[in-house]
Amino acid sequence: MSLQRYLIKRLLVMIPVLLGVTILTFSLTKMLPGSPVDYILQFQETTPGLREQLRAQYNLNEPIYIQYWLWLRDAMMLDFGDSLISDRSVSGAILNRLPNTLLLGAMGFGIAIAIGIPLGVVAAINNGNTVDEASRVAALIGIATPNFWLGLMLLLVFSVQLGLFRVIPPDKAVLSPAMLKFVILPAITLGTASSALIMRLTRSSMVEELNKDYVRTAKAKGLSERTVIVKHVLRNSMVSVVTVAAIQVAFIVNGSVVVEQVFSWPGVGRLLIDAITQRDLPVLQAIVLMIAVTIVFVNLVADLLYSWLDPRIRY
Amino acid sequence: MSHESQRTTTTERGRIRVTGFDTSVFEDRDERFEWQQDESTVSRDRMTRAWERFKRNRTALVGLAIIAVMLFTTIFARPIAIEGITIQPFSLAPFDPTNSNFGALNQGPSAAHPFGTDWSGKDILSRVMYGGRYSLTIGVITVGIALSVGVPLGALAGYYGGWIDEVIMRLVDILYAFPFLVLAIALIAVLGQGFWNMITALVLVVWISYARLLRGEVLSVKENEYVTAAKALGARDRSIIFRHVVPNAMAPVIVQATLGIGTVVLNAAALGFLGLGLEPGSPEWGSMLARGRSSLIQGQWWITVFPGLAIFLFVLSINLVGDGVRDAVDPQGDTSGGAGVRE
Repeated sequence: MSLQRYLIKRLLVMIPVLLGVTILTFSLTKMLPGSPVDYILQFQETTPGLREQLRAQYNLNEPIYIQYWLWLRDAMMLDFGDSLISDRSVSGAILNRLPNTLLLGAMGFGIAIAIGIPLGVVAAINNGNTVDEASRVAALIGIATPNFWLGLMLLLVFSVQLGLFRVIPPDKAVLSPAMLKFVILPAITLGTASSALIMRLTRSSMVEELNKDYVRTAKAKGLSERTVIVKHVLRNSMVSVVTVAAIQVAFIVNGSVVVEQVFSWPGVGRLLIDAITQRDLPVLQAIVLMIAVTIVFVNLVADLLYSWLDPRIRY
Repeated sequence: MSHESQRTTTTERGRIRVTGFDTSVFEDRDERFEWQQDESTVSRDRMTRAWERFKRNRTALVGLAIIAVMLFTTIFARPIAIEGITIQPFSLAPFDPTNSNFGALNQGPSAAHPFGTDWSGKDILSRVMYGGRYSLTIGVITVGIALSVGVPLGALAGYYGGWIDEVIMRLVDILYAFPFLVLAIALIAVLGQGFWNMITALVLVVWISYARLLRGEVLSVKENEYVTAAKALGARDRSIIFRHVVPNAMAPVIVQATLGIGTVVLNAAALGFLGLGLEPGSPEWGSMLARGRSSLIQGQWWITVFPGLAIFLFVLSINLVGDGVRDAVDPQGDTSGGAGVRE
């Protein structure tokens, strides 16, 4: 199957998944106790007219499938209505926070790759000896450390005791030096578990490549160990690493919800937790939907990347 | 071979009846030959072989030992009573984990309180010892229920294919679009806080990985000759699936489930930390960290260090054991270090 046909087929499969994601997001928030109208009326004088007006505004008098359709139609235009708490538009509130989360995620991802791939290569070259064993233990420790706890410990040592970093983020623009300095600890916290996973994967796919015939041929024709590894083995073993690295995006999103809470980082993850504790349904819906749709598309990119990098793979 | 003589030989295998020979002849022959099976080729059952491989793995045994110690401390931390009857009378924990002592707030580690006390004067050592009950039971119960949902669904999807597969796997795909913690958070927002609500939310998130994994395995196992043979002998689908296909497809699922206990404990603790886990103030490891940030900034490090260390130690041990289980039951399985952490 050509890449184009695979792409088309893959896009078609995505339609029911995306539809399901929207239905699930919509019904989850519908199942939450209390409607937005009840919530708003807690703080206002209740008159029957006002209640009716609000019910009409939130389409609560329509049948549920009409409500879903109206919500979906607006959601496709990125219109999620106004936040119940702050009276701002939901999209505005999210877009306001998004750069911070993207900065944190990109830094965390960068750290995961910068630590994971070199260590994985070292472990693969030393396959079976103490260095490899040590890297295995290090990876296990990285995976087993709760990210919120790691964050608290870094905060304790580097911010509270050594005073190298601020305890709460500076109220500055995203790419200002102060923010870029502050983001170091959260990014390390976020990247640690991912780097352990990427390291193990790099190791195992490199060990597999190293046993292949072309490596022996390359060595036999007199190439240095270094050239063989950097030019041939590493390049070939990156195929599976790239795919998994793309899937790590979901992992990073997961982590950022917690890490943002630890470091009071003003990102989307904290907005999500605030929306839940304050029962701000429109914000909750919008963030959950945004995350899920992003991940569906990231998975698509990962699949396409995989079949593009390794033309032998055809579905 | 005493059980051989008790077995009644019949001429029926499933729906097929074999006629034309006298079964007693065969039984007699078994008696006449003094045939003995060569001990070295005795096929011991799967579990015995797996356990023997596991026993040789030193790091896995270390993990198992740590888990055993933690299990011991948490069981004997406080007496256990079921419906008024005390079934475990010992109390190793020096203080009541829920009892506030307002004379000793935020005290650092000392002889009386080796791990210090928290903002309401509760003894942290006692709380860490007792807190294992929450984390450990949440981990085991969640994975147990998730297996009992995911395994049958995965087996059905893989074995029958067609629309059953289509429906189940689309559902799995949809749920996979939500990151673990985000889905768990959204579900807890709907269900509310509390022990069983947390388990329900986690089960709904976890089962999909077992279903997906088992389906993939079943797809390859069902192509084996013995499955065709069982079909030819007229065995029912139910018995083919659960007696022949699933047991041979379970190895990676068992590995994933072992590691999954660690993942669940880690995420349950994260929920506790976010204040979305059990009721506030529960001596659960994650919940104990919920207010830890503010104490940390005031320099009260012991409030966050020890509960976190307990989570870390438990999850690390589970991962050590899980690696051992992988080497034991699924030797050709990939050791890429997926390590049970779902994206």
